[in-house]
Amino acid sequence: MSALRAPSVLDRSPFLKATIGSRGNIAISLTVLALAAVSLPPILRWLLLDAVWVGTAETCKTSSGACWAFIGEKLKFITLGFYPQDLEFRAYGAIGLLLGLVATSASPRCWGRGLVIAWIVGLLGAIWLLGGGGPLSVVPTEKWGGLPVTLLLSFGSFILAFPLAIVLALARRSKLGGIRLYAVTLIEVVRGVPFIAILYASTLLFPLMLPAGAAIDKFARAGFALSIFVAAYLAEIVRAGLQAVPKGQSEAAASLGLTHWQTLRLVVLPQALKQVIAPIVNLAVGIFQDTTLVAIIGMFDLLNAARAAATDQLWLGFYAEAYVFAAIVYFVFCFAAARYSLWLERHLRSP
Amino acid sequence: MVDVVTNTSVEDEAPGRSQPGVLAFFRLWLGHWPLAQIALYLGTLLLFVYLGRNLVANMARLGLTPGFEFLDHAANYEIGEGFIAYAAGDSYARAALVGLINTVAVSALGCLLATVLGVGFGIARLSANPLISRLVQGYVEILRNTPLLLQLFAWNTVIHLLPGPRQALSPLPGVLLTSRGLFLPTIGTEGHGLTLIFAVAIAVIFTRLVLRRRRRLTGPLARRVVLLTYAATVLAPLVIAAGLGVSFTFDQPTLKGFNIRGGISMTPEFAALMLGLAVNASASIAETVRSGILAIPKGQWEAAGSLGLRPFAVLRLVVLPQALRIIIPVMTSSYLSLTKNSSLAVAIGFPDLVSILNTTANVTGQALEVIALMVGAYLTLSLATSAIMNAYNRRYALRGSCR
Repeated sequence: MSALRAPSVLDRSPFLKATIGSRGNIAISLTVLALAAVSLPPILRWLLLDAVWVGTAETCKTSSGACWAFIGEKLKFITLGFYPQDLEFRAYGAIGLLLGLVATSASPRCWGRGLVIAWIVGLLGAIWLLGGGGPLSVVPTEKWGGLPVTLLLSFGSFILAFPLAIVLALARRSKLGGIRLYAVTLIEVVRGVPFIAILYASTLLFPLMLPAGAAIDKFARAGFALSIFVAAYLAEIVRAGLQAVPKGQSEAAASLGLTHWQTLRLVVLPQALKQVIAPIVNLAVGIFQDTTLVAIIGMFDLLNAARAAATDQLWLGFYAEAYVFAAIVYFVFCFAAARYSLWLERHLRSP
Repeated sequence: MVDVVTNTSVEDEAPGRSQPGVLAFFRLWLGHWPLAQIALYLGTLLLFVYLGRNLVANMARLGLTPGFEFLDHAANYEIGEGFIAYAAGDSYARAALVGLINTVAVSALGCLLATVLGVGFGIARLSANPLISRLVQGYVEILRNTPLLLQLFAWNTVIHLLPGPRQALSPLPGVLLTSRGLFLPTIGTEGHGLTLIFAVAIAVIFTRLVLRRRRRLTGPLARRVVLLTYAATVLAPLVIAAGLGVSFTFDQPTLKGFNIRGGISMTPEFAALMLGLAVNASASIAETVRSGILAIPKGQWEAAGSLGLRPFAVLRLVVLPQALRIIIPVMTSSYLSLTKNSSLAVAIGFPDLVSILNTTANVTGQALEVIALMVGAYLTLSLATSAIMNAYNRRYALRGSCR
């Protein structure tokens, strides 16, 4: 057909052809443009043009735009919550330590036994920096808040969950019926209930189950609850990886004289885990977002600190700004992780 | 099958050999190290006994008796909204039922809206037109990379920022958006609405059965006949109701005094939760639909196209039915997580099951019982959702497939 028609500009530009090439596409393009024309100007005006960048709550109230001065004023509170002002360098240290660990883990060249040890040492170090002890003055966990809480909860629970998840995944594939039933029940019950139910069990029920006088810190309880939650989901991912390892691998290992556990540790698990790195990163992104739920039991993670910032008497009611700022922070972390996961998948597939 | 039967009869006759009994089956299932496994269960049991004894002792110290009797006691709190009547002084059991119905309602409506949005966006994401596919990509990225709780807070803030009833926004005639809630027009039936819906549902099921029988006897029916039959089925109960003296009125929400009356309404919290959950799930459903459609070989499009079908018809008649096989199982888990996520209601003040049970636990102190109810209710809901979706999957999505 096109051979009979004089060549037009549409044939040279795929973009133009896709946007105005047919009657249907013109209609779609016009609709999208109309939508943008209606919604973009007010959003841009609020976000940038009418926004107040420096000033007080009074200057903000006179403007119809966003009050970024509020974020500037409250940035430290949103990042650190109620952490003592004179010790804040310790909280920044913990943030730096945790983010440094993530950055190191991102490179496949650094993967190995050393990295696992680095994570355990790093997490304990971050807890020590935040909580104190020894030469550092003690800061109770109720005072912890903001970004360190979000990072520590999500990374800490993931590291704690990992061994448990591997055990659960192996147990679910075990030939021993009793072990299998145990693992299936645990995994399916945890996956079948909302995280909040587990969180409530850790705050309402668990303290009642300890002997009189004994108590476990609320932060630790939330961390353990999150770990069990993560472990159930992670176990299913690991199980998928185990299923993907061909049976010949373990048979070959067995014929070389490796014991059952050696086969698992040296042959099957490394291959299984490599298969499911991308889903694990996706789960990590989900868990990073799910840590926000600790706000419901009254802990001050990044989101709850942002929200609490808008309840200050001097800066009352700048919720929209607080949420937009928190959304940007979460988006940067999660989007980067999602892109990394895509890159990793390609990188690992290529030999 | 035949082999098995003959084998059994041979074994039955053979002297000295018996069928594998329940015990032998159990031993086979248990495998090696039976003692270690029994020890694991005993250890778990002992742990529970230890924790349980602590619990009973602590509850006794607080003056509480374990058990579910407290459910019959009068609850002293009010509940913001519900589909069945409730007032402070009713039992805790009734309060929990209000919460359960709220959870089911918000989840069901949310799943419905999420499916409509998700399928639409999933198809739009595949458009050759970069303007719309990029727009949808941005929508999906923003929703997937921010926490759901943050999105719910944002929806709640937006709905509470809407103008009051006097300056209500009206994007469509009859639809009113205000900070007091969302209002939609409805058809007034003098309070017989539920009865009528029930009657129509029974009539539709009956017609389905009749049509299926007819089809089995005489082969496929013309599309027009089927549509007309269903139209008559739906109209018949309404006509009968009109004949019996039920008058139908168009019930439009209107401002009366300081508030809006008429129509059906959603409270701001219900609307924020439902919209937040639906929009959030629509992002993952859009991705599911997109990857499901992409998984269908290109040859299917080309073959259908060469038969003279237009692209939209190819999508509807050839590609989507096949893609459903991939989509439905993943969609089921989207529905399950939406149902579980509805528990975030507690953060924006909507009285769902978790929120009411949490209040109950705080008021009565019966934490164990309340958590058990919570876990039981969600496990039942999850199992029910999976069962419905699996049945749908077998019946429609896998229809005509090899397995």
